[in-house]
Amino acid sequence: MSAAPTLWNITRRSLAKDLRLEWRSKDAINSMLFFALLVVVIFSFGFDPTAEESRRIAGGLLWVAVLFATVVALNQTWTRELRNQVLDAYRLSPAPPQALFLSKTIGNFLFVAILEVLMVPLFVVFYNLRSVGPVWQLLVVAALATWALVVNGTFFAALSIRTRSREIMLPLILFPISIPALLAMVDATTSILTGDNSPFFWMRLLAVYDVVFTAVSLLLFEPVLNAE
Amino acid sequence: MTKLYKALTAVTALLLVYGFYQAWYVAPMEATMGNVQRIFYYHLPSAWVAFLLFFVNFLASVWYLIRRTDSADALALAAAEVGVSFCTIVLLTGPIWARPIWGIWWTWDARLTSTLVLWLIYVSYLVLRHYATGGQVPVLAAALGIFGFVDVPIVYMAIRWFRTQHPQPVIGGGQGSGLDPAMWVAVLWNLAAFAMLAVLFVWARYRQALAERALEEAYIQAEGEAR
Repeated sequence: MSAAPTLWNITRRSLAKDLRLEWRSKDAINSMLFFALLVVVIFSFGFDPTAEESRRIAGGLLWVAVLFATVVALNQTWTRELRNQVLDAYRLSPAPPQALFLSKTIGNFLFVAILEVLMVPLFVVFYNLRSVGPVWQLLVVAALATWALVVNGTFFAALSIRTRSREIMLPLILFPISIPALLAMVDATTSILTGDNSPFFWMRLLAVYDVVFTAVSLLLFEPVLNAE
Repeated sequence: MTKLYKALTAVTALLLVYGFYQAWYVAPMEATMGNVQRIFYYHLPSAWVAFLLFFVNFLASVWYLIRRTDSADALALAAAEVGVSFCTIVLLTGPIWARPIWGIWWTWDARLTSTLVLWLIYVSYLVLRHYATGGQVPVLAAALGIFGFVDVPIVYMAIRWFRTQHPQPVIGGGQGSGLDPAMWVAVLWNLAAFAMLAVLFVWARYRQALAERALEEAYIQAEGEAR
């Protein structure tokens, strides 16, 4: 208890706790990984993964797989905190609610990033992929897209734990809002993979989406956390 | 309330009849589309009313988070429900119109797609309201209402870019730049009628939502006293 309870300190502590828990249990990452692997394999039955054609649809397949796997991880974000009334304790504490939100979002970002790092080679192997455009652009798109998915996802997971049938609730509210982000990440990735179009409009759109929804989430998290 | 409400109902009924008369008998026949085009007088007013109601939902959601009044939440709920209904009318009349004119029920054109996405967003809002439990519903719903509204311009930008990049689907005539003045008259009368109809629906639903809440509270109190 040496550090002062600033936003950054609490975010760091909370994030460290989440990462430690995940490191010991590996709940989220294992289920996500296996789920994503299943999706990749099932997709390859649905779409014939021949070289030229697959490059055009690989962006869509990859992000849809990531989206589904992300939902699996997001659903576990807050349930852990419900079990021992941790959320109630958090409400009583003077810690800023934004710190809790940020730590959860960064944690989910890391989990999904790890998932992507492990999943992309699978895609490359199964779909015989080779990028025409520069790879650094793919990295930027991946970072922006992942943040777009997890910032809204973490917020909506906090909404959906208060509902009946919470597992099904999260995708129902997350997917409609995420449509523009999905469109942007899929088209940016496809543009880079095929080299046909410039991905910069989509990258800018993703950046705008990230900034706007990070701001809205931080603003609205406090009333949602304290809702009773 | 009842007297004013009845008077407004009568006015709305008259407006609807007059709007119908304007749309079917006064407005000139569209040159290429014929009578089919007259669905436009219901299609466009429904769309504008729906968009307006989603905006009302946003304002009420913000107001709720600031003031925490039951009435703001009831208004948000009523506006979203009636807005989704009108948006559904848009999505139903659109294909009915498109089928004889474009030869297809649906096309992934920018405006069609963004309207569909808008509809999805507000349906998810209603789903959340339905599944959330207890006194937290208004806060959660207000948060989602704000998210949904903030998303609208981004959806619009994304889909417009998506569609201008790809080959445009064939879009026959329609409204666009040159609308006959007589057609405008019919549009505006129907817009007035539909706006009034929306006000009536929202008002009724708003009162009902508030009554529901009062009833619940009375029930809880009565149970407390019985114990």
